[in-house]
Amino acid sequence: MRRIKILEEKFFVILSAFMTYSLIAVLGFIILVIFVKGYSALDWDMVLKTPKGGYYYGGEGGVLNAIVGSVYIAFGATLIAIFIGMPAALYINVQLVRYKRTQNTIRYFLDALWGIPSIVYGAFGFALMLFFGMNASLLAGIITVALLISPIMVRTFDEVLSTIPKGLHEASLALGSTRTETAFKVMFKQGFPGFITAVLLSFGRGIGDAASVLFTAGYTDRVPTNLDEPAATLPLAIFFQLGSPIPEVRDRAFASSIILTVIILIISLTARYLSKRYSKTNLK
Amino acid sequence: MQIRRFFFDKITGFWMVAALVTILLLPVIIGIGLYMKASPIVSQQLFFHLIFSSKWAPSLGEFGFWPFIAGSLYVTFLSFLFTAPVCLLSAIYLTQFSTKQLIRVMHPVIDVLAGLPSVIYGVWGILVIVPFVSRIMAPFFNTTSSGYSILAGGIVLAVMCIPYTLNMLIEVFNTVPKGLREASLSLGATFWELVKHVVIRGNYPGIISAYGLGIAKAFGETIAVMMVVGNVVKISGNPFDAAYPLPALIANNYGEMLSIPMYDSALMFAAFLLLIIILIINLFFRYLIHKTKRQ
Repeated sequence: MRRIKILEEKFFVILSAFMTYSLIAVLGFIILVIFVKGYSALDWDMVLKTPKGGYYYGGEGGVLNAIVGSVYIAFGATLIAIFIGMPAALYINVQLVRYKRTQNTIRYFLDALWGIPSIVYGAFGFALMLFFGMNASLLAGIITVALLISPIMVRTFDEVLSTIPKGLHEASLALGSTRTETAFKVMFKQGFPGFITAVLLSFGRGIGDAASVLFTAGYTDRVPTNLDEPAATLPLAIFFQLGSPIPEVRDRAFASSIILTVIILIISLTARYLSKRYSKTNLK
Repeated sequence: MQIRRFFFDKITGFWMVAALVTILLLPVIIGIGLYMKASPIVSQQLFFHLIFSSKWAPSLGEFGFWPFIAGSLYVTFLSFLFTAPVCLLSAIYLTQFSTKQLIRVMHPVIDVLAGLPSVIYGVWGILVIVPFVSRIMAPFFNTTSSGYSILAGGIVLAVMCIPYTLNMLIEVFNTVPKGLREASLSLGATFWELVKHVVIRGNYPGIISAYGLGIAKAFGETIAVMMVVGNVVKISGNPFDAAYPLPALIANNYGEMLSIPMYDSALMFAAFLLLIIILIINLFFRYLIHKTKRQ
């Protein structure tokens, strides 16, 4: 009996260890495949040039338009998300700190909001665009992505703010500062690592999301210079190039995937590193 | 000075409330916006006819969403089959058996897996999973397949949803009180019995919610699935056949939707449907989680 138990345990421990390590292997495998496939087509032209004539038939050029477009959209959207998300998260943790039930209900709705798929935001952005008579443009893309990432921003920032000890909050109020001063000068400073993580996460989400900008940002071979111009994005560039029957163009799609993967890797590893580093210097 | 502070307080206070209210109203606004756009088709055809009819011919004015809903359900179900055991076992291993070092390695791994854009998963699916399905899986089951199939969609989706579900499961398992663990170990249980009887049984609601939320995420995933699933409008029980999930329908047809009457309204209806389904799943399972957390 005892032996069967031990055998059973051994079996499941090994099986679950295998599953866990296989996750690392899968990540390695994904990144490896992308790099091996795209490496041959990756050169500085890819990163530094916009598509020239005949690019989509194997001609010269690169995906600078898409890189810049993606960065513009993610950057603009993150700014808007900060503008909406940061005060909202502070409000939950300062003004509402006495109302536990309200806090929990709000968090509950925010969590549910997080689950809405980006294609729904995309469709809504499109409806909004038609409503205001706009064309597919940088601005429309920015607004749509901003809606998409605001809940992420609030929830991530809020998660860190909620761990700040209450004493700090009380001390600040006892010294005669108003609630908003407490929020922006004390809580914001203490929660800064969380803020950085939230910003980076939202930025990464914004740069990698394709479904929401599919309708709203349009696509162009030029680098956008104005808010009402259409803008290309990196995920869509990959998607469109993959649809081509010409092998050179498909190879470039893989090379573009490397660029996107590297950007995402840098963002998520920086977020982790920074949040760790800042949290060391903070009160616990 | 005092007056300035007072006004600063009022203005920023207003800003904070306005921001929070905006975010909380967002799903309502999205719902209303999509419904208004979809109302022409809803007023013209019966709601249930729209959902359960399988006739899809936009140029003839026939909009039956059943093939798409069925495709979505099938792909999601397959991805759940693959995700569930992997997530459960890895979450158990990471919370009960693993060393500190492995946890330190796994955190960034899960982060990166969760952060990779869906296009990248799609590219990977085309490069690896699609040929795998057409060259290895299909001959193994004595069928032929182009590889762009429900099965491929399910596998890619599974990989995408693993970090999401895993994270939630880890959170759930970490809430098991230490005393309970120690009590069961001191009664002579093996570690695996502890897992079976305490960790899993005590966390049924949490586990089910984590799975439910994973399913909701899989249901709404667009680009990666669209790239590998084949996009053919038909209902089929064979996982080696192509399908056409609901999100892919919306994403694929945005170009031509303004040229055919009612088409845009139909697509907006699809988006509305997606929003409602996913919001309901999310609200339900999040409620379960919040309720168990409070206990």
